[in-house]
Amino acid sequence: MKLTLRVWRQKDSRDRGHFETYAVADVIPEMSFLEMLDKLNEDLVRRGEDAIAFDSDCREGICGTCCIAVNGRAHGRQHGGTICELRMRVFRDGETITVEPFRARPFPVVRDLMIDRSILDTIIQAGGYVSVNTGAAPDANTIPVTKDDAERAMDAAQCIGCGACVAACPNAAAMLFTSAKIGHFAALPQGRVEWRYRVLEMVEAMERAGFGNCSNHGECQAACPKEIKLTNIAQMNRQFIFSSVFTKRGSAEAS
Amino acid sequence: MIALDAKIPDGPLPEKWERHRGRLKLVSPGHKRKYHVIIVGTGLAGASAAASLAELGYNVSVFCLHDSPRRAHSIAAQGGINAAKNYANDSDNIFRLFYDTIKGGDYRSREANVFRLAQVSAAIIDQCAAQGVPFARDYGGMLVTRSFGGAQVSRTFYARGQTGQQLLLGAYGALMRQVKAGRAKIFPRREMVDLVVTEGRAGGIVVRNLVTGTLESYAGDAVVLATGGYANVFFLSTNALGSNVSAIWRAHQRGALFANPAFTQIHPTCIPHSGDFQAKLVLMSESLRNDGRVWVPRQPGDKRVPNEIPEAERSYFLEERYPRFGNLVPRDVASRNAKAVIDRGLGVGQTGVAVYLDFAEALAREGRQVITERYGNLFDMYSKITAEDPYQTPMRIYPAPHYTMGGLWVDYNLMTTIRGLFAIGEANFSDHGANRLGASALMQGLADGYFVLPYTLGGYLAEVAPAALVTTGPDFAAAIAHAEGRLGKLAALRGQRPPQDFHRELGKLLWNNCGMSRNETGLREALGRIPELRAAFWRDAGVPGTSAGCNQVLERAGRVSDYLEFAELMVLDALERKESCGGHFREESQTDEGEALRDDANFCYVAAWEHKGMGRTPVLHRERLAFESLLLSQRSYK
Repeated sequence: MKLTLRVWRQKDSRDRGHFETYAVADVIPEMSFLEMLDKLNEDLVRRGEDAIAFDSDCREGICGTCCIAVNGRAHGRQHGGTICELRMRVFRDGETITVEPFRARPFPVVRDLMIDRSILDTIIQAGGYVSVNTGAAPDANTIPVTKDDAERAMDAAQCIGCGACVAACPNAAAMLFTSAKIGHFAALPQGRVEWRYRVLEMVEAMERAGFGNCSNHGECQAACPKEIKLTNIAQMNRQFIFSSVFTKRGSAEAS
Repeated sequence: MIALDAKIPDGPLPEKWERHRGRLKLVSPGHKRKYHVIIVGTGLAGASAAASLAELGYNVSVFCLHDSPRRAHSIAAQGGINAAKNYANDSDNIFRLFYDTIKGGDYRSREANVFRLAQVSAAIIDQCAAQGVPFARDYGGMLVTRSFGGAQVSRTFYARGQTGQQLLLGAYGALMRQVKAGRAKIFPRREMVDLVVTEGRAGGIVVRNLVTGTLESYAGDAVVLATGGYANVFFLSTNALGSNVSAIWRAHQRGALFANPAFTQIHPTCIPHSGDFQAKLVLMSESLRNDGRVWVPRQPGDKRVPNEIPEAERSYFLEERYPRFGNLVPRDVASRNAKAVIDRGLGVGQTGVAVYLDFAEALAREGRQVITERYGNLFDMYSKITAEDPYQTPMRIYPAPHYTMGGLWVDYNLMTTIRGLFAIGEANFSDHGANRLGASALMQGLADGYFVLPYTLGGYLAEVAPAALVTTGPDFAAAIAHAEGRLGKLAALRGQRPPQDFHRELGKLLWNNCGMSRNETGLREALGRIPELRAAFWRDAGVPGTSAGCNQVLERAGRVSDYLEFAELMVLDALERKESCGGHFREESQTDEGEALRDDANFCYVAAWEHKGMGRTPVLHRERLAFESLLLSQRSYK
């Protein structure tokens, strides 16, 4: 296959950035999208030109590092997959493809297709954990967890923190990301102990970070490579309202 | 001359760790905050160590290549984590886990370390469950387990096919909690480019900021390397693209001995290689061998689609040869047997370099829903990559480099031969001998990070005064100058060939000559060709751009240049060890049945290599392995 790529090039966070057009030949259907970019980069290096910077690591859809939008869609047009999992067999010979980084104000571009998502870590820092120190745990079977609860927790816990939900949302909301962590712990007895503080702290951190609010478009769920459900957002909202009314603030964790 | 002292405590095996913990010196709570610990790497070992040490009150600085500490490649571990809990009531205990691990590693690991690993394994599951790791449960709410290779009990805990992800997110959460508490600080997008050794002690590191391109120095009272393994030396492996040998290689050049570099694990169930464009290979979890049956056609060149080949014309070669363990033999055995049938022309698929992993029987027995619950995400992943449906047709699999048992030599306290430099997780060599059992890497990474290092590091710090944390001394200046020189040389490369071209060539050479089976001629050939390839790299490689700012080609070139140096040591070690053991299969040393044949009289040791400068032959130090509790015997899974 031969393809034409319009690729976002930006030297650093201060540069304005622009699209550059490249022709890529000998694309094989079995290639992953990122292997196609690898090939283009090898060609560029052979010509002595700067390679296109993009983030990736595991290349099997679990580390959440890759953050490319193809033709305006985070992770490209597919259900439940990251861009590193997308194979070139879904494109047609001769097609023109637009390649750009995830776009959202809280995710500044570092270079070309690389963005800075470290702001998501600050949401987890606010409460995305169970406050248990190493060594303090009882035997794992002391607290039974119903199979349904364990499965529900796992469904939400699958979030890979890629930020596609933010990029897909017209408001750049991080509600699917935040609610997935809240939903994970809300389903488990180990996580329920702190739920009132967790939801307040995490929602506040999310707002402080400059993410928008949910207006029920559902784009996040459609873009999520792990198919995390919108119901997590609904649950987070319920918890937040309850907690805002009935919980005394500032007592999250003393230690 | 370096004298290797493993510092194994005295006393009977089951009491060593408890006695040692009782004797380790303590740092008082108020004193802990005066110490600064540098941790490089945020996989299971690094993140769990960082969180645990910060909880204890130390100041912890954590460095990682990624934009967030949640992304290290531990996250890709699929199948599970072993622990001697005996929840399955199948007569598991600490001794059995210890025995299986030693035997699986073909008697090339330290008894005391492995026994400790088995002892702390149960606490890991407790810790992770308390953190909210959503392990698989039964309808009564209790944890369920499954079987993995090399064991006849069911001791592997799992969270669907994403166990590594869930364990890592647990450790990452614990670390984030410490960041909020102000005791841990994260330095993302930093690559360690040198270790600073001051008066024989590790005193800090030099890192390259991957966004700005500048070199930064950090001082600490101890440095912990949790930088993973080096399977990417083969170019194609199941490791993440960023996984590299550079940090431990630099530590080795600064004086840390490197142990058993030839001990690499080739995992039997990966999606086969399909072309030169490929950047990496994808693993299919070993857990699939619980229900999947491995087979090839009995007739070479049988091109029928798999479902049309009748039972009688299929060879279930693992079940036939190893009736007791069947499809669940250890990885090295399964890989070698797959290679053997393919070498006989029985391979399947377009390339003929694959065997089938068939779920038809399990689907008929258990029903689709049960199989989906167990392996759904793995089946999805397979069909996304291959466009084939494993519910309808068998998977095609082939072995691929996956894990490296070798690593920096450490003593019982996980300290390297440089005082104050510790290595944990896959970066050290200690627990898996010549072959790692499935679901034991997660166990070891978390054992080191949660339950071993927090004690032993304290024992070290109790004996040294807190450092002044200055990065202006001559040792830092020298390390920075060295790093600048190296980066400058790389950035000045103006040839035509991309760095990964050389990496690919090196990988092919190692896969053919130092891969699943090795012989003297092939190893000598590789030893001759690696320096040529290295010379070609420095002559013909091209790195556009400069070392200022973000430059991924430069990063890649740096790692490739380290692989080109390290590969020589790996091949030398493979040549030196004339016996076969575990994943290290020397064709000259096999039983009549073609199994790995150890030579305990001459090779029952850890090979620890000392760096003498590039171009000079490294010196081999031998740590003799003594077995008190187990009799050395020929491994048999029949």
